[in-house]
Amino acid sequence: MSTVLVFLEAKSDEPTRLSLEALAAGVRLAAETGSQLAAAMVGAASASGFAMLGGAAQIYAISHPLLARYTADGFTAAYAQLIAKLQPDFVLFPHSYEVRDFVPRLATRLTRVLLSDVIGFEVASGQVTADKVTFTRQLFQGKLNGHYRAASPAPVLASVQAGAFRADSPSATTATVETFTPELDAATIRTQPGEPFRAAAQTVDLGSAPLIVSVGRGIKDEANIAIVKELADALGAELAASRPICDAGWLPMERQVGSSGQTVAPKMYLAVGISGAIQHLVGMKASQCVIAINKDENAPIFEIADYGIVGDLFEVVPALTAAVRKAKG
Amino acid sequence: MKIIVAIKQVPERDARIRIDSSGKWIALDDIEFRMNESDAYALEEALLLREAHGGEVIVLSAGPERVGQTIREALAKGADRGIHILSDSLASYDALGVARLMAAAIRDEAADLILTGLQSDDLGLGQTGVILAELLAIPHSSLILKIEKTDTGIRVLRELEDGWFQQIEMPTPALLTIQSGNTRLRYATLMGIKKAKTKELRSVEAASLGVDAVPSVTLDSVALPSRQKSTQMLTGSPAEAAAKLVEKLQQEVRVL
Repeated sequence: MSTVLVFLEAKSDEPTRLSLEALAAGVRLAAETGSQLAAAMVGAASASGFAMLGGAAQIYAISHPLLARYTADGFTAAYAQLIAKLQPDFVLFPHSYEVRDFVPRLATRLTRVLLSDVIGFEVASGQVTADKVTFTRQLFQGKLNGHYRAASPAPVLASVQAGAFRADSPSATTATVETFTPELDAATIRTQPGEPFRAAAQTVDLGSAPLIVSVGRGIKDEANIAIVKELADALGAELAASRPICDAGWLPMERQVGSSGQTVAPKMYLAVGISGAIQHLVGMKASQCVIAINKDENAPIFEIADYGIVGDLFEVVPALTAAVRKAKG
Repeated sequence: MKIIVAIKQVPERDARIRIDSSGKWIALDDIEFRMNESDAYALEEALLLREAHGGEVIVLSAGPERVGQTIREALAKGADRGIHILSDSLASYDALGVARLMAAAIRDEAADLILTGLQSDDLGLGQTGVILAELLAIPHSSLILKIEKTDTGIRVLRELEDGWFQQIEMPTPALLTIQSGNTRLRYATLMGIKKAKTKELRSVEAASLGVDAVPSVTLDSVALPSRQKSTQMLTGSPAEAAAKLVEKLQQEVRVL
């Protein structure tokens, strides 16, 4: 019987939300390919987080003192050993910053290529082998989907994009948790990671703002930010931005929404000149109402927008500011 | 410090996406190309390190003839020389195949540092650099914002999720994938453009590098994504569209 192995990540001994989404993808893939499901996470088998991995037939607690802090070398060696032991057909990961850091190295060690950041998969009917599953991933910052297939024998490695699968509510499992202790040598871990830290304290809490007007690359120049600021002021909204605007120093980093900035879920999120790359979408797609103004009718932001205006933001934004002011009297 | 910067030439960001007749890629006939954004930041970091510590910056890129323009652009910004892996069929290699070509082309350079952007703007695989590190048996770190030289190697600042950061120390040679935004990109000066014409740009045929082109993953087809939500498009002149939106904000979203 073939095996789907899902590697999960834990924070404070609990699997991350993204990990549970990857597990949900694994549950579906195992069902559709007639495989058994196994899950693995770094941590002590006694940790409460393992109880949340419902649906997995077998759970492995990867345990070793050298894995206490993440290193690419340590995790690559440990995961490679568990893969060698279990010989899975499919290996799934959450597409986190850690997975992006070391899984390409792990895949290379197995002479495979990771199908990174997948948003879905389809299993061809009939004889199910690893190369009969088509994985979809986004190209051109979400403007195009690519359908990929493994051309080499198992295992197929894929990482799952945040939000692409719905995490099942954690359920107690009857599966046993088995400790897996990899053989690791401190001398093979070449990087010395420091303690993670947060930059300066944030003074803007976009997370609690009910209304947000956010500006992106389409604004073209720092001087043009003013027209978006006027709209935000007219609406009584907080001003936010996508990464390129903060990278350019046009707005402070603390106003950045997206995977490397803040995650927001306001009542209204108005995106001005933001195309909607996934790194931005993950930070705002839980908003109750999304409005997009963009010159490109095919911009991915329109895929998740409730209302859209296709047009030149330099004409639409001032017109909207005037209309809002008029409506407010 | 001898630094190799791997850069990719990609379709310009606003390029119109049309699927070509094969259904496997986009039509490239009227597309403009430019240097991948995070690779431009990798080049900038390399130039800053050379300015601080001396040494050499070598630009590496793979692809058809037109990729030469992007290498020249990097030379105009200040890189010392270039290596162009010539291939008209780079798409037939997967990320491992491309990284193998790169490893074969630079192995003899014995660089102290290899830098590349964290992800390409077209395929977005975000892997080629890390794979290259494994092939060359050197340590790596990804999503790097800052690089400092130390007595034993380097100290880097790595971006983590949700506004967290981490410092990592490692020996050299090492490979780093660079996150955009830590520095301002320089422009090529007229003098730089002039000088670039005389700098060494060595072309290597991909076929001569002895790399197996059989991929382990293939891109079978591409398609335009379908909408997840039904978006109400508000049409008309800017004033008309604005008036319609204000009405929605008052009556349906209820925020005015």
